[in-house]
Amino acid sequence: MIDRQTSDRKTPDGKTSDSALPNAIPSLTSNLDLEAPDKPYLDSNELILNMGPQHPATHGVLRVILKLDGEKVLGTECVIGYLHRGVEKIAENRTYTMFNPYVDRMDYCAAVSNGLGYCEAVEKLLNVEAPPRAQYIRVILTELQRLASHQLWLGTHALDIGAMTPLFYTFRDREEILKIFEKYCGARLTTHAFRIGGCQYEIYPGFEKDVKNFLAFAPPKIDEYETLLTSNRIWLERTKNVGVISGKDCIALGVTGPVLRASGVKWDIRKAIPYANYSKFDFEIPVGTNGDTYDRYLVRMAEMRQSLRIVEQAVNGIPEGPIMAKVPKLIKPPVGEIYHSIEAPKGELGYFIVSDGSTQPYRLRVRPPSFVNLQALDLMVRGALVADVVAVIGTFDIVLGEVDR
Amino acid sequence: MLQEFMSYLGSNLPPGSAGNQLWALIYVFVIFAGVAVIVLCMNWIERKALAHFQIRLGPMRVGPHGLLQPFADALKLMLKEDIIPDEADAVVFWVAPVIGLLAAFTVYIVIPFGPSQAVTDMNIGILFMLGVSSLGVLGIVTAGWASNSHYPLIGALRSSAQMVSYEVAMGMAILSAIMMTSMNAAGTGTLSMIGIVEAQQQQGIWFLFKFFPLGFIAFVIFAIAMVAETNRSPFDLAEAESELTAGFHTEYSGLRWSLFMLAEYAAMIAVSSIAVTLWLGGWMHPFPNLLHGPAWEFIFSLFPGLTFGALAAITFIGAARMPSHSFFRIQRAGLAVFAALIGLVALLLLVIAVAGRANDTSIAARFREGIDYVYWFMLKVAVFMYLFIWYRATWPRYRFDQLMKVGWKVMLPISLGVLILTAIVGVLLP
Repeated sequence: MIDRQTSDRKTPDGKTSDSALPNAIPSLTSNLDLEAPDKPYLDSNELILNMGPQHPATHGVLRVILKLDGEKVLGTECVIGYLHRGVEKIAENRTYTMFNPYVDRMDYCAAVSNGLGYCEAVEKLLNVEAPPRAQYIRVILTELQRLASHQLWLGTHALDIGAMTPLFYTFRDREEILKIFEKYCGARLTTHAFRIGGCQYEIYPGFEKDVKNFLAFAPPKIDEYETLLTSNRIWLERTKNVGVISGKDCIALGVTGPVLRASGVKWDIRKAIPYANYSKFDFEIPVGTNGDTYDRYLVRMAEMRQSLRIVEQAVNGIPEGPIMAKVPKLIKPPVGEIYHSIEAPKGELGYFIVSDGSTQPYRLRVRPPSFVNLQALDLMVRGALVADVVAVIGTFDIVLGEVDR
Repeated sequence: MLQEFMSYLGSNLPPGSAGNQLWALIYVFVIFAGVAVIVLCMNWIERKALAHFQIRLGPMRVGPHGLLQPFADALKLMLKEDIIPDEADAVVFWVAPVIGLLAAFTVYIVIPFGPSQAVTDMNIGILFMLGVSSLGVLGIVTAGWASNSHYPLIGALRSSAQMVSYEVAMGMAILSAIMMTSMNAAGTGTLSMIGIVEAQQQQGIWFLFKFFPLGFIAFVIFAIAMVAETNRSPFDLAEAESELTAGFHTEYSGLRWSLFMLAEYAAMIAVSSIAVTLWLGGWMHPFPNLLHGPAWEFIFSLFPGLTFGALAAITFIGAARMPSHSFFRIQRAGLAVFAALIGLVALLLLVIAVAGRANDTSIAARFREGIDYVYWFMLKVAVFMYLFIWYRATWPRYRFDQLMKVGWKVMLPISLGVLILTAIVGVLLP
């Protein structure tokens, strides 16, 4: 955040600003006041640039106030909340089942993962476990969703850095995943695929064939993205040593997901605290070394391939059996509280639910990865250039629906 | 009067140099209209080509295959409300796009589409071109400043720094080509655009291949610098969409904005013309030193007609392949008429080529020659225009400091080295 000491400026009439707004705003007014007697006319001022909330590269309605010295970033201030819908408060007024579709609207680019986290948290509270067949279906869909989410990230991130074309390639391939979702549960974006206790729908006939077709279809496409970017000179220059963050800083700020792993910390909840049968699958956790934007890019690209590996194992081993555990129609968990987290495409997605024994949560708190990761923005862009801010925002893979909730 | 009007057709000089003001005016008008039409076409081609790079279809709704899209766009831009922000400096805001447009169009005076197919021939042609095209940055800077807004200001600053630094490397590359023009018996070089092409003709080699690889390196340097000079991707920092929303023209809308677009495309054609003139033999057809003589001349003169014929054939196939639904009836008819028009042009060009095949001073031969020159020149320019689109579809954008680094630390030393080596080789070799 912008340094409170130095930006404690005086307003033109000599009073110290006691505005409750971010300090960037009082300094903005004093900067533009060229007629102020104590200032020479041609003064080298800092420029306050208001990036967003309507801006092509802030991935929705993020507003970043940048303090600039020429092109150099001296400090940033994130203003969030433009997409606040009070999801956590809504949860207190809905039954557990009624709240289920709401979680899809938080990270709308990875709705399946959100649903998985919520369903598992409530299942843990109820002390039931989804049957193995449901778990396998969940893993397949969640990993496909991770791939789709990473594809969306890659397209928009590349677009932010100026490469237009990957966006269309990734959207073309993401479409195949969305088609599978649509066939499975009727929705493409906000899927509401899972239910507390398992899955509502049995897989459709031909599901396995579709998924296997996709498994053959996707790897060459990922290679195609890589030919456009991985060894592209400009891409390397734009991403190497940009937005560097150390593993220690990541842990201190609570940053998770690919951003953390790119900094060399091998932390993936699928391996660390296995859930949903992930311990049965064989996959690797790609890790970076430098913690720069390029490493985060490589980590995500590797994760796409790992996701395909998991899907392949899962689709070949879907067990027979029921898809729903025995769950009462009206869910009334015992009094208690639970924290359950999963590895969403963007990082650790946690649900903390306090139950008072009624049909509605007493309190529901979401730990969204985007919101926490966004904290590191200031650390990562200080001293960098304006163009890097855009690259770093893109590299977080934030979704404002999740940041603001 | 008519005598004077007709007498020029036999002249071998550009009208400006010959002092024929009537024809100079006609040339100016033709070039202005031609560039405006090419910009409209480029608008469509860029959108279509970019779309096909990106597995899209591009404009498809306005007219068959979106052929009328540029006209719809132009109409929309003209009808749009013309907004001048309250805080803007209204006069400068008004002047800025005009400066850009003037700078972009003035350079066309000296562009040699053929030995006599230019408005005029200046003895300082290339210098004039560089000087005037550099003025384009003034339009951008004033636009950014007059908008009185942060994004345009940053965009304008970026663009001024960028253009100044790339002009240096560009100038060095141009100098090495100009040095090559002095490789004749008299040892006299020239700055005249027509003179430069004639020098290539006399020496029997395009400067691209001269002192290989020196000419080639200079050409590559220029080809990179000209992308930066015109603010095109990957050097489009001044209007970097993802960073500065729209850069220097963020506050512009409607007709004023379209003037910027017009200026940008006009400048693209202008710098491509410099590259073609200096390194690719201007109006000459390929391999003039090997493939000459009346037979080759005739074969090459068939190319314009054949190109248009091919275009007409493509358009006809497009019309035939349209869905047979009655909804497409008008579109199909329109496309067929368009194809027929192109075919007619092709036929006309072929007729001229055949009628003027005798290499004499008859009107038909003069026409055949002129069409030939303009065709080969424009074809080479078209390759560059396609490259501009290709770059845009392929590469990410440079960052400001990296752009500066490439300009000063990579391109300038290389171009200086090429310049010095060209000088040494030029003295030692003959």
